Amino acid sequence: MKPFIAMFKARTMEYVRDRGSFYWSLLFPLVLVFGFAFAFNGSSSLFKVGVLGAGDPSLAFLKTEQVQFLTYTAETKADSVLDKLRHHSLDAVIDTATKTYWVNKESKNSSVVRLLLTRQEGGESYTEQQVTGQPIRYVDQLVPGVIGMNMMFGCLFGIGFVIVRYRKNGVLKRLKATPVSALEFVLAQGVSRFVIVILTSIFVYEGTNLFLHFMMKGSYLDLLLVMVLGTLSMIALGLVFASRFKNEELANGVINLVTSPMLLLSGIFFSLEGSPVALQWVSQALPITHFLQAARAIMLEGAGLAQLGPDLAFLTLFTAACFGLAAWLFQWE
Amino acid sequence: MTAIPIMRVEGLKKRYGPVHAVDGVTFEIPQGVCFGLLGPNGAGKTTTIEMMEGIVTPTEGKVIFQGHPVGEDFRKKVGIQFQSTSLPEFITVKETLELFRSFYPNPRSMEQIIEICSLDDILKRDNQKLSGGQRQRMLLALAIVSRPEIVFLDEPTTGLDPQARRNFWDLIGKIKAEGTTIVLTTHYMDEAEQLCDLIAIMDHGKILELDEPHKLLHKHFEGALVRVPATDSAAAEEIQSANLDLTLKELLGRGVNLEGLSIHKPDLEDLFIKLTGSSLRV
Repeated sequence: MKPFIAMFKARTMEYVRDRGSFYWSLLFPLVLVFGFAFAFNGSSSLFKVGVLGAGDPSLAFLKTEQVQFLTYTAETKADSVLDKLRHHSLDAVIDTATKTYWVNKESKNSSVVRLLLTRQEGGESYTEQQVTGQPIRYVDQLVPGVIGMNMMFGCLFGIGFVIVRYRKNGVLKRLKATPVSALEFVLAQGVSRFVIVILTSIFVYEGTNLFLHFMMKGSYLDLLLVMVLGTLSMIALGLVFASRFKNEELANGVINLVTSPMLLLSGIFFSLEGSPVALQWVSQALPITHFLQAARAIMLEGAGLAQLGPDLAFLTLFTAACFGLAAWLFQWE
Repeated sequence: MTAIPIMRVEGLKKRYGPVHAVDGVTFEIPQGVCFGLLGPNGAGKTTTIEMMEGIVTPTEGKVIFQGHPVGEDFRKKVGIQFQSTSLPEFITVKETLELFRSFYPNPRSMEQIIEICSLDDILKRDNQKLSGGQRQRMLLALAIVSRPEIVFLDEPTTGLDPQARRNFWDLIGKIKAEGTTIVLTTHYMDEAEQLCDLIAIMDHGKILELDEPHKLLHKHFEGALVRVPATDSAAAEEIQSANLDLTLKELLGRGVNLEGLSIHKPDLEDLFIKLTGSSLRV
C-alpha cells in the first residue's frame, strides 16, 4: 500500500505542478462552455412548426410566411417530434392526418402559433393537445459534451501519452528495477488520473452552472455515477495505448487518430440526427457517445439509472475489455 | 575480501537476431569487492550488467545470487544506477527519495542517504533542474536507498567534469566501506584503477581477461613502455622494455633521434589497447 500511495502522490503532484497543463485542463472547458453559451444565445425570429402527415391544402396556416415548417417523414416517431416541442426546439406540431395540433403550455411562441393557426381558414377543424416542458438551450446539451471531451483528453493523454513518455525516458525501466509491480504502478497512475478528472469535471460543471443554471431533471448522484463510468472507460482505453508504444510521437499520433473521430462523432458539439446511418453506427461504437446519451438523459429528461441500462452496460463492457487488453499487452519496456 | 561469491554468472549469452551481444561469459564476484567491467563501446558491458540485474533476460546461461538463482527477493537486495534514466518531473529530490524509500521494506533513513550522497543543498530542487554531477549523485542515492547488498553502476561518471568525477569516487568509496559489493562499468581507466579490486576486460561479447589490476599488468607487461615518436623516415614505435638502460643504448646505436621520446609505467589503458587493439574512448 505504501508504494501505491507514494506513487499516487508523486503523479498527482506532477500534474498539479505542471502549471501549463493544469490551468489549460481547467480553463479550456470553462472557456468553451461560456463561449458557446454566448455564441448560440440569439434565437431566430422565425417560428418553427413540425408537420406530421401528408399535408392539408385546406389549412391556410401552412402557408404562413413567418413560420418555418419542418416536415417529418412517416418513419419519424411522433414522440420524438413532440419532445422537440417540449424542449422548445419547435413551437408547435401539426398532424394533418388526425387533424390535431400540439402546443407547449410554457412557451410564449406556442401561444402565438396557436393564434396564427386557429384564426386562419381551415384551422377551426383542428383539435388542440398540450404538452409542457422547459426550454433546453444549446448550452444545456453542451455541458455534458465538454465534460466528456475533457475526460477523453485528460485520460488518453494523461495516461496513454504519459506512460509512453515514462517508457521512452527510462522512468519505467528504473521502476522495473525496484520491487514495485506493474499492477501497483498502473493502479497508482490510474487512480491519480481518475481523481483529477472527476474533480475537474465537477469543477467545470459547478463553475459554469453558477452562471448558466443548467437544466437538471435527474439525480446528481446518477450523473456522478455516469461520470465515474465514463472516466473509467477512458482510463482503460488510455492504458491500452500505454501498454506497448515505445515512442511519444507514435503514441501522440495514434491518440489523435482516435480522439478526432470521437470528438466529431460522439455528439459532443452537435447532434448526429439526420446524418448517414453508417456514421450513426460508428457513433454508437464510441464510449463517449454512451456517456453523453446517459448524462443528457439524466439532466434533460430526468432519466433514472434503470432507463440507462444499455448505455451503462456498454460503458462497463468497454471498460472491462480495455482493462483486460491492457493487462495482457502491458510491458515495462 | 572473502572467498564466497555474492554473484556468479555462468555461460551468459544474449543474442539480438544475428548479433551476439554477449557471447558466453562466466565469472564470479566475491562479496564486498568493487568489480569493474571494462570495454570499448559495443563490447557488451551494458547487456552483461543488465542481465546480472535481471532487467534483460539472457538467451542462455544463468545468474546465481548468493548461491541461488535470482528470485523474487532479488529486487529488494540490489541497487541499480542505469546509464540513462530520467527522473520523475515536477517533483523534488527529497520527494523522489521518499518515493523510492516507500518501495522497500527496510530503507535507509533519509538523513543517512543525504549524508552519504551529499544531497543537503539540493533537497528542495526539482529533478529537472539538477546539474550533471548532482543528477548522478541523486541516481546513486536512489540505487542505495534499499541498503542493497550489491550495487550496479553503469558508466556512472560519463559526461562529468574531473572534479565531479572525483567527488563521485569518494561517494563510491563510502558505499564500499560499508561492505557493499559494487559492480561498475566504465570507459575511464583511471576510474577503474582508483576504484576496482577486480577488473574484467570485455570485447566482442567475451571476457578477455579477469584479475586484480596489478596482477594483470604484471602478467602482460614487464618493466616500462618506451614510445618513440614518428619521424619523416620512420613510423612511431612502442617498445616494452625490461631493462631501460639496454633499450636506450640500442636505440642510440640505431641512430634513433631521442627527442620526443617518452618512458612510462604501463597502466590499464596500455593493457586495454594491447588486448582489444582499440582506444577506450572510441
